[in-house]
Amino acid sequence: MVAIAPEQGVSEAASLRVWHVTKEFASPDGGVTPGAHALDDVSLSIAAGELVSIVGPSGCGKSTLLRMLAGLTSPTSGELAIGAEPITEPSAERGLVFQDPNLFPWLTVRRNIEVGLVARGVLREKRAEVDEFMRLVGLEAFANSFPHHLSGGMAQRVSLARALINHPRVLLLDEPLGALDAFTRMRMQDEVLHLWRAHGTTMLFVTHDIDEAIYMSDRIVIMTQRPGKIEQIIPVELDRPRDRSSSDFLRLRGDILETLHFAGQPMAGNNRQSAAT
Amino acid sequence: MNSAIQEVATEASVITMARSAAGEAAFTAPPALKSRPQTLLAIPVAAAIGLAVHYFVPKSEPLYPTHFYPIFLSVMFGLGLAGALAQISFPRLRRWMRKMCPILGAVVLTAALWELATSCLELLPLPYFPGPEGVMAALASDRVLLFDSTWHSLVLLLSGYAVGTVIALITGVTIGWFPHARYWGMPLLKVVGPIPATAWIPLAMVISPSALWSAIGLVALAVWFPVTMLTASGISNTRTSYLDVARTLGAGQAYLIFRVAIPAALPNIFIGLFMGLGTSFLTLVVAETVGVKSGLGWYLSWAQGWAEYGKVYGALVIMAAFFSTIMTVLFKVRDHVLVWQKGVIKW
Repeated sequence: MVAIAPEQGVSEAASLRVWHVTKEFASPDGGVTPGAHALDDVSLSIAAGELVSIVGPSGCGKSTLLRMLAGLTSPTSGELAIGAEPITEPSAERGLVFQDPNLFPWLTVRRNIEVGLVARGVLREKRAEVDEFMRLVGLEAFANSFPHHLSGGMAQRVSLARALINHPRVLLLDEPLGALDAFTRMRMQDEVLHLWRAHGTTMLFVTHDIDEAIYMSDRIVIMTQRPGKIEQIIPVELDRPRDRSSSDFLRLRGDILETLHFAGQPMAGNNRQSAAT
Repeated sequence: MNSAIQEVATEASVITMARSAAGEAAFTAPPALKSRPQTLLAIPVAAAIGLAVHYFVPKSEPLYPTHFYPIFLSVMFGLGLAGALAQISFPRLRRWMRKMCPILGAVVLTAALWELATSCLELLPLPYFPGPEGVMAALASDRVLLFDSTWHSLVLLLSGYAVGTVIALITGVTIGWFPHARYWGMPLLKVVGPIPATAWIPLAMVISPSALWSAIGLVALAVWFPVTMLTASGISNTRTSYLDVARTLGAGQAYLIFRVAIPAALPNIFIGLFMGLGTSFLTLVVAETVGVKSGLGWYLSWAQGWAEYGKVYGALVIMAAFFSTIMTVLFKVRDHVLVWQKGVIKW
């Protein structure tokens, strides 16, 4: 793999801060329905170069939090900041990778990876990097293929390369491996970890998969739903590379499951879930 | 003869079925068709039937001094025979012939039936239904005028289509992208758009300085409505996630419009372009008939005025070739521009 020198290094500019953020979604009649808080008074800070994952049931607002950090949605109240700058609009400094790779079907793999460079008008200077990133994600052979010829894992790799070519200070990942089969997913976890180490990018990673969260992250943020709140933040102090079947790993897994179980208040939680669907 | 028709018909249907099956499994090679001599000899056989009808069935219609029709039949006979021989050593020619022979044979056979019904048996009244020789003679004698008319139609059609498309793309993208433009533009589009372009002819003749300009304007209007409508809907239905991705990659407004929304809307835009092409043919012929004193539409009504129906059919034949060629060109352009859709959707 090609080592690409991290541009920023691990500096404070790549830290994230979420300060008393609340998000309410307007109901169809224009008012705010009580209890429709997607997020309620969420505060979180992430150090530069850290890999933090967010786990929680659907509807706990984790995707909303990620979209706010990306600048695609603004909070009802509270503040979000990257380094010292408040987040008000999307920027190439904050890459976002979705569960669906969302590659542009009308562009070849190579042109998809180039999107960030073209959009920022720097393709001419940075053309060489396109090849580096294609090698980095192992897709040189597919440079001129259209996205529908790719498998799910390959498409997600293109989408990672597309986000990373901008050298974002922060990479936000919204269940990026959620649609992949178990084996591809485990391989991709290692690839994401490799990219994280190679670039020193701060990563915030939303997932449904507790094993994935433990395997990858420095800290795990556990969220609960309605209103979306942070229940607990658990540091993962296991040595890397982590062994998915070690006793420490399994013990931590048990702790988190327990937290989620009690956090949801089983009966009431079930009722809410069925009401939501 | 009936059995020959049936033979050709079954052959054609077998081939269509085989082709559609091949189309469904795009990656498997087309199944090898049985090589049957009837298929490869369809053209010479049909041409021979045509020649027999022409020379041996007594004519009641006065004979034309020209011999274009028998020459045509002889050429088809010769080419068909030569092809049937040549295919033995050229596999590509064989494949093409297996595909095309039944159709072309049917065309020649239709000409023979037509001559039988008109010139020989007088089943259809003259002068409205001349025989094939009459049409071919008309085509040959008026070739300069026909060529000129086709050229005028082409210029008018292309300029009207180009003007209409350019304006439609601008209005469509504006209405599809900007909410304010949508608010004001959409009602106008919905109310004014469905009026057929030809209904504007009285107004167009008053407003425009010349008949040519009014015809170009009418063709442009005919294209404008469907293209605008479909462009606007394509643009406004761009997947939000594409736009979100582009914005997090540093895209500005121009990139979002020209590099995300427009490519995403292109399949829709092409549907509009095809619909617009259909309405523009119609408008072209009407506008030429009513206003402009040139072009195929004018030639058609002029020939009708002199009751020269051979020329009417000749003009129809030219129109068929002309319009279908333009349609084919647009299909080729689409195949090129939307090459990324290959394998995503079935064409």
